[in-house]
Amino acid sequence: MSDFAWTIQIIYLLAASCFVFGLHLMNTPATARRGNQVSTAGMAVAIAATLAVIVHDNLISATGWIVMIAGALVGSALGLYSARNVQMTAMPQLVSMFNAVGGGAAALVGIHDYMRSGAAVSATMSVTTLLDVIIGGVTFSGSIIAAGKLQGVITSAPVTFPGARVVNLLLAVVGIGLGGYLIAAPNTALLTIVIVAALVFGVSMVMPIGGADMPVVISLLNAFTGTAVAMAGFVIGNWAMIIAGALVGASGGILTKLMADAMNRSIRNIMLGGFGTGDAAAAIAGGPGGDVKAIAADDAAIQLAYASKVIIVPGYGLAAAQAQHEVAALAELLESRGVEVSYAIHPVAGRMPGHMNVLLAEANVPYPQLKEMDEINPEFARADVALVIGANDVTNPAARRPGTAISGMPILDVDQAHSIIVIKRSMGHGYAGIDNELYVDPKTSMYFADARKALTELASAVKTLVG
Amino acid sequence: MYPALLVDVAIFVLSLWVGFEVISKVPATLHTPLMSAANSIHGIVLAGAMLIAVTAHNAIGYVIAFLAAAFAAANVVGGYVVTGRMLKMFRRRPISADTVAANGSNLNGHRDTGRSA
Repeated sequence: MSDFAWTIQIIYLLAASCFVFGLHLMNTPATARRGNQVSTAGMAVAIAATLAVIVHDNLISATGWIVMIAGALVGSALGLYSARNVQMTAMPQLVSMFNAVGGGAAALVGIHDYMRSGAAVSATMSVTTLLDVIIGGVTFSGSIIAAGKLQGVITSAPVTFPGARVVNLLLAVVGIGLGGYLIAAPNTALLTIVIVAALVFGVSMVMPIGGADMPVVISLLNAFTGTAVAMAGFVIGNWAMIIAGALVGASGGILTKLMADAMNRSIRNIMLGGFGTGDAAAAIAGGPGGDVKAIAADDAAIQLAYASKVIIVPGYGLAAAQAQHEVAALAELLESRGVEVSYAIHPVAGRMPGHMNVLLAEANVPYPQLKEMDEINPEFARADVALVIGANDVTNPAARRPGTAISGMPILDVDQAHSIIVIKRSMGHGYAGIDNELYVDPKTSMYFADARKALTELASAVKTLVG
Repeated sequence: MYPALLVDVAIFVLSLWVGFEVISKVPATLHTPLMSAANSIHGIVLAGAMLIAVTAHNAIGYVIAFLAAAFAAANVVGGYVVTGRMLKMFRRRPISADTVAANGSNLNGHRDTGRSA
């Protein structure tokens, strides 16, 4: 190994260390920005080292340079534009698209290497190459479908057809079987069939998954992308790619598990699809009937203004109504009166892990007020008012009883608060399709209105009330 | 035996464990920026995409090189920019109410407070 090659490998290791350290710094909000900068620096170094290799080896054609630079410029421009302009509510779609292009690029690395090496490729290298192409291909098409569902371009309802599972199984058999054959007998034409099978499998894997399960799907596709990049690293023997891919695979894996646990569902169950379409409604085991008590802005404002502790429970409905700024304004008003305000954030509030925190941070809510479920649950008993905005299933006490569609799902203990105000447009069901027993609790008052309008009215009522 | 492959596999497995250790300490508050940061890290595939251009010597090769470079570059640049944008919003204390009310003229210079209201 030449001195140059040594230096490059050391630089790649340095870059990989920056990625690890950058992720480590993300363990508190105070240091997270620095973490991102460290990680960016590592990436810049790794790219510079790669450029150095290309210049040093001097095997690239003029067309090669032009193609590479043109591609990088076009991609950078698109990435920069979307990153600068994306709304925070649309963050899951963007992350999903980045998964798609990352997985796609990894697959292309494998495809190119396979076509170039032809019959000369060794059996072990073929294994990693085919894994790279298959995982990358599935991630590419699957992530595009997921982004389409999140954006509303594709229906977010689970899409299934008779025999869907058979088709999926068949695709998997074709992909893996042909892949196995290709390891023994390299063949570029057959590789095309593997690629197509992987792409179709990605589509048919995500189509049957409903909108509410998107946090899990995005996390899983994130893990896939990482794995595909690591496989691409195996193919071209690049340590930085192997390490980075493994880190992302671990991150995606952890988040997938956390999200699935927060919904009390197994990953297998989610991948098979169809939540909220079955006969879940019939499964309610003796939910208490009762009357719903409606409340007007003035009365709700009195409760809030004279409380000493208020816990706000935001759900996706808040984000859908774009009411983050209104809720922050109301909270600030209450705080200026000496009311202690905090936010109870369920892990699956939003469309991706941690989504609600970002939406509230955008609305200028200081992060110490954002409390995780385990931290806030014991505090509900001391709260004078719990203000539920656009959250449904995650507040339903029915989850504590066996025999309901959401039994066993970890919930926020909203019903422990002294009084509860629920802002909601109608008595409609959540994703689980069952009645929320919280709404008929005698302590609960329902404020029927659009979240944004309701919060504005509440804030002005509090202002009038206290002068 | 393939010693080089064995080394690669060892690196992969140990990195997975490092990843589990480091990432399990990230609080739920930061899970979206975490995923976005992980996203930008897998943009390292750009290194692989650039190397395609070296060995590409026909039309298909150049098309693949172009697409891979474009995909990976979008991944890297977009990922880091959007992660930075998100993390900038996480504050310990709110910027003062008057500043927010004054429609976006704010302490940090270029925060887009007024835009999405």
